[in-house]
Amino acid sequence: MSDKTKDIILRVEDIHKSYSGVEVLRGISFTVRKGETKVFIGPSGTGKSTLLRCINQLTIPDSGQIWLHGEEVTHSKKSINVLRQKMGMVFQNFYLFDHLTALRNVEIALLKVKGMDKKHAREKAMLELERVGMAAFADHYPTQLSGGQAQRVSIARALAMDPDVMLFDEPTSALDPELIGEVLEVMRNLAKGGMTMLVVTHEMGFACSVANEIMFMEEGRILESGSPDKLLNTPQYERTRQFLRKLMDLYGELGKSNE
Amino acid sequence: MNDLLFIQQDVLPALLTGIIMTLKLIVVSIPFGIAAGTVIAIGRVYGNNTISFLCRLYVIFFKGTPLLILLFMLYFGLPSFGITLSPFAASVLGFIICNGAYNSEYIRGAIQSVKGGQLIAAQALGMTKWQAILNIILPQAFRRAIPGCSNEMIYLIKYSSLAYMLTYIELTGAGKIVASRSFRYTLVFTVVGIIYLIMVTLASWLLSLLEKKLYIPGWSQES
Amino acid sequence: MENIEVVVQSLPYLLQGTLVTLRIVVLALALGLCMGLPLAIGQVYGSAPVQKLVKTYVWIFRGLPNLVLLFLFFFGIFPSLRIDASAFSTAVVVLGLRSAAYQSQIFRGSILSLGEGQVLAARSLGMSKLQAIIWIILPQALRIALPGWSNEYPILLTDSSVTYAIGVLEILTRANLVVSRTYKPMPIFLTCAIIFILLNYGGMRLLHMIENKMRIPGYGNGER
Repeated sequence: MSDKTKDIILRVEDIHKSYSGVEVLRGISFTVRKGETKVFIGPSGTGKSTLLRCINQLTIPDSGQIWLHGEEVTHSKKSINVLRQKMGMVFQNFYLFDHLTALRNVEIALLKVKGMDKKHAREKAMLELERVGMAAFADHYPTQLSGGQAQRVSIARALAMDPDVMLFDEPTSALDPELIGEVLEVMRNLAKGGMTMLVVTHEMGFACSVANEIMFMEEGRILESGSPDKLLNTPQYERTRQFLRKLMDLYGELGKSNE
Repeated sequence: MNDLLFIQQDVLPALLTGIIMTLKLIVVSIPFGIAAGTVIAIGRVYGNNTISFLCRLYVIFFKGTPLLILLFMLYFGLPSFGITLSPFAASVLGFIICNGAYNSEYIRGAIQSVKGGQLIAAQALGMTKWQAILNIILPQAFRRAIPGCSNEMIYLIKYSSLAYMLTYIELTGAGKIVASRSFRYTLVFTVVGIIYLIMVTLASWLLSLLEKKLYIPGWSQES
Repeated sequence: MENIEVVVQSLPYLLQGTLVTLRIVVLALALGLCMGLPLAIGQVYGSAPVQKLVKTYVWIFRGLPNLVLLFLFFFGIFPSLRIDASAFSTAVVVLGLRSAAYQSQIFRGSILSLGEGQVLAARSLGMSKLQAIIWIILPQALRIALPGWSNEYPILLTDSSVTYAIGVLEILTRANLVVSRTYKPMPIFLTCAIIFILLNYGGMRLLHMIENKMRIPGYGNGER
C-alpha cells in the first residue's frame, strides 16, 4: 500500500440501490481521506440521504462495497453495530430521544453500547456537550430545546462515540434560518479540528469554506466533483454551474462564507 | 371425519335456533341502543342543568355497573316492584341501557367536536335550536361517532351471550346444552366460537363499508 | 329498614368478594401486559409470519365473547389437556389472554406513533435492534400508552363479573347466594353496583396519579 492509500478512511465502490423499481443510486464511487470534508449537493431525490445511510448500513445497498479503514463493511461478518460505532450520523430531524435529557441522550450509547461505567460516561457526555456549547442545557428535555440547540445535542451524541467519520444528512434543512448559524459553527470547528466528514447540505457558504471536495450528484450518479473553487469557476458540466447558481441565489452568496 | 359428521348432523342444527335467538337480541338492541345514546348525549350537551346532571349520573351508573349485574337487577329485582320481565325483555332492556350509556359518550364527543359556528349559522338562517340540532349538528355528529359506536356494536354482539345467564337460550346457551349432552365441550364451543367470529367479522366489515360510504371528501377531525 | 339491615349484614361477605375480584383484575392485567407487549413488538418489528400470527391471535381473542371463552377453557380445553384448573385460575387465564389482545393494539399504536426516527438514531449509534427497542422505544411507548391502557382496568373490572358463570366466588356470585337466602334482590344487586362503581372510581384515580408521576415535561407536543 502506498503512502497515499494508508490515509484512506472510507472507500465506497459502485453502490447501487433501487426502491420499488426506481434506481436511486447508480454506481457511486469515491474515497475519503482522514481529515477531509466532502460535501454532497444536488437536486432533491437524487439519493444523497440514501447514500449516507448505505455507508452506515442503515440501508443495505443492492450492490457495491464499502471499506472503513481497509475493512469491508458491506459483507462483514463482524456485527454491524460495532462498525456503526465508528461512524457518527446526524439526521435532518435530529431524532433526539424524547424521554431523555440532553445529557442522558449523549450518555446512553456510551452506557449501553460501549459499556462504560456511569462516572466516565457522564464525564465524557458533559465534555461533548461543552464542545458543542450546550453544557448549560444538560438537564433540558428535547422538547424544551430550540431546533438549533437540539441539533447541536445530536451532534454531541454522535461525537461521544469517538467516530472516525461523521455523516451529516442535511443537518440544517429543518431549522429556522436564525438557528442555522450555530449548527454550522459547530460543524466548522469540527472540520478545523481534523474530523473526517461527509455532509449532505444546501448550505453553499459552508460548503465552499469548509469542503475539500464538493460532489455534485444528479440522477443517482456523481456528475462532477472537485474543489469548491473548481466547481464554481471551471465546472465541467453546464448543469453543475446552473445548480450552483440556483443554490447561491436561494441560500446566500459566497461572500458570506468566510465569516 | 367422525367429528365433522357430528358437527353437521348434531351440533349445527341445534345451534341454529340459538343463532336466530342471538340475532333477535342484536337486531332489537342495536337501533334502540343508538337511540338511547343519542337522547342521553343530547340531554347532556343541550339540556338544562338538571337534565344534564341526570344524564351524567346515568352514564356514570351504567358504565360503572357490570352488564350482568344490570341484567340480574332487571330480571330478578324488578318483580319485587311488580314488574316481571321475560328473559328476552330483560336482556334486551339491559343491553339497550348499557349500550346506550357507552354510545352516549361517543356521540357526546362527536357533537362537541362539531364546530360551534354551525349552530349559530343555522339559527341565523331562521332555524330553531332543535331544527338546527336535528338537521345540521346530528348528521355530522353521527358520522364522527361511527367508529366508536361501531365498536360498541361489536361488543353488543359478544355481550348478547349474557342473555343465557337469564335463561334465554341464545347461541352460547344452545352450545352449552349440546356440549353437556354430548360431552364434546371443546369441539362444540370451538364451533360456537367460530360462528361468533364470523358474525363479528361480518359486522366489522359491513360497518367499515358504511363508514366509507358516508365519507365526505376533505373531512377531517377538526374541532 | 329491613332492606338496609340485609345489606349491612351481607356487606362483609360481599366485600370479601371484592378482594377476589381485585385479585382477578390485577392478575389478568399483569398477564395481559406480559403477553400484550411482546405481541405488539412482534407485530411492529417482527417478520411477516410473526405479524400474521399476532394478528390472528388478536382477531380470535377480540372476536369471541368472554362467556364462550370461559366455557371453552373451563369445560373443554383444560379438562381435555388433563389440567385441573380452578375456576379462579381459568378466569385469570381467559381474561388475561383477552386483555393481551386488546393491550397489544394499544401498545402497537403507541409504538407506531413514535415514528422511525428514534430507531434510526439509536441504530446509528451502534445499538442493536433489541437495545433500541428496550432503551429507546419502550420507555416512550409505555408512557404514551398509559391513558389508553388505563381503560383496560374498568373493562376487566366489568368482565370479572362474568366469571360468575363458572362459579368464581367473586362479588356477583356471592350476591346471588345472599339473594337466594334473603330474597332481597334489588338492594343486594344495587349494593354490588355501587361497590363496582367505587372500585372503578378508585382505580382510575390511582392510575391518573401514576400517569401524572410519569409525565415528561413537554412530552407529546409535536415532532422532534
